[in-house]
Amino acid sequence: MSAVEVSGVTRRFGDVVALDDVSLEVGHGELVGLLGPNGAGKSTLLSLVSGQRRPDAGVVRLNGHDPRDARSRTVLGLTPQETGLPATLRVREVVDFVGGHYPDPVPTGDLLEQFGLADLGKRQTGSLSGGQKRRLAVALSLVGRPRVVLLDEPTTGLDVSGRGALWDAIREYHAGGGTVLLTSHYLEEVQALAERVVVIDRGIVLADDSLETILGRVGARRVQFTDAAGTRQEHLVADSDEFVRDLVHTGTEFRDLEIRGASLEEAFGQLVDGTNEVDATNVDATNEGAVR
Amino acid sequence: MSATTSTTGAGAPGPDAPAGQTQSIWVLSWLHLKYQFLETVRIPIAVLGNVLFPSLSMFFFVVPQESVAGNPLYATVAVAGLGLFAVCSASLFTYGLGVAEDRQLPFYPFLRSLPAGPGPQMVARVLNGGIFSLFGLLPLILIGWLFTAATLTAGQLLAGVGTILAVSVPFVLLGMAIGYKLSAKAALPVVQVILFPLAFAGGLFLPPQMFPAWLDAISKATPTRAGRDLLVQATTGLDAYALALPVLAGWTLLFAVLAVLSYRSDEGRRFR
Repeated sequence: MSAVEVSGVTRRFGDVVALDDVSLEVGHGELVGLLGPNGAGKSTLLSLVSGQRRPDAGVVRLNGHDPRDARSRTVLGLTPQETGLPATLRVREVVDFVGGHYPDPVPTGDLLEQFGLADLGKRQTGSLSGGQKRRLAVALSLVGRPRVVLLDEPTTGLDVSGRGALWDAIREYHAGGGTVLLTSHYLEEVQALAERVVVIDRGIVLADDSLETILGRVGARRVQFTDAAGTRQEHLVADSDEFVRDLVHTGTEFRDLEIRGASLEEAFGQLVDGTNEVDATNVDATNEGAVR
Repeated sequence: MSATTSTTGAGAPGPDAPAGQTQSIWVLSWLHLKYQFLETVRIPIAVLGNVLFPSLSMFFFVVPQESVAGNPLYATVAVAGLGLFAVCSASLFTYGLGVAEDRQLPFYPFLRSLPAGPGPQMVARVLNGGIFSLFGLLPLILIGWLFTAATLTAGQLLAGVGTILAVSVPFVLLGMAIGYKLSAKAALPVVQVILFPLAFAGGLFLPPQMFPAWLDAISKATPTRAGRDLLVQATTGLDAYALALPVLAGWTLLFAVLAVLSYRSDEGRRFR
């Protein structure tokens, strides 16, 4: 029995198909990154796994049970959206409240200590900084000693040190045998945490593979240079080394060569188009034609 | 209060672990009551409004009328009617509008994913409503006692407060049915459209003795009239009509079903 099992799930909102016949299985102890642009269906998928919504078709199982049954959610932890904390309640009160739903919660003091929130226990959540709210949100997902944790954009908007501290907490939970399903639209975050990556866009699973394989597929580079005519050219290529070598060999005149990693949006574009092998001709952004 | 359920979540249960047990409904209800009470009380204007409204109505509509204020029976009935109107209005507004507003907050979907069914949240809402209705009734009772001829024995007072809280239950449930079904913008006019005709037909503003026979017949089928007469019976000893209790129980059952249906059909906001 898997920690999370989604099979043949379709979910519509009116005319919009948020998830289209999606199947996904997460085993116990896995750390899976759900990667996709905004509106890809990530949050909808999490809301089905956490029992907030019902699928139109297909089956969702959490630890082998229907997540819409409150009893099956005793093994589940998840983060509220950062902006969603009840502003007038104190930090300690929110933790006590959420922890009170579970049979064996982490003592509030210990949890606040672990997340560096011990001094803020008496503050109203509305007065916390963005980073502090994020930490509290992740802390809330772990207060019930869950077996499965759903993290929706856990470190969005955090600075580097805040992000590192939260990543450590997530790794520590996973090292203790916990199952993690996290969403992000940052490749970096998924890269830092996940062992397995599921890429989703427009309600369809585009790829489901190990981190290395996925990174290879989305690891496109963007090459820019100014040609002899003075026109700025831009090319999205799978292998920038090869591309530059070609450029030099063919004796093409160029200056101001610039190479950078393709953004995730661009990489998704590739996956959506179903083209693994990218070359300059079919993704030439400026339509300047082939250089070779 | 202590946890009465026995499952321990510690350690790593085997992969074939059965569905766990949630905390008992009473533990969870108490938890949600504390949470809701704190949320309500931290916004003082909401509490203040609840306390002021019935008191001001007393001063404007009852105290200046010597024929009512000076007559122990009329004055008591007037206090009872206003008290019930205050409680009905607080229940419908707090729940109809309050729930609809809560549903638009991003914390709400998170609440729904915690291991608790709809029960504890609803029980807590009813109790929380009761607590704040009592805050509203307190000054009303004081004014009635100090500025009118209304008289109550301690026993009648207790019976009256108990009755008014019990009578508020169907209105709380109706409020929830509206709140879980409609958006905040839609809930407001719907609550108003329901509240005022019900209050008038139920004899909360004008005594039903002034009603023509046909209106009186309709009135007796409303939950407000049934509640009012039961409350008057508790506080003055004037017997309520025979069907008052069944009528109130019937509405309570219907509104409870509607509230649960609304909750079930509520799938949160479309996108979040």
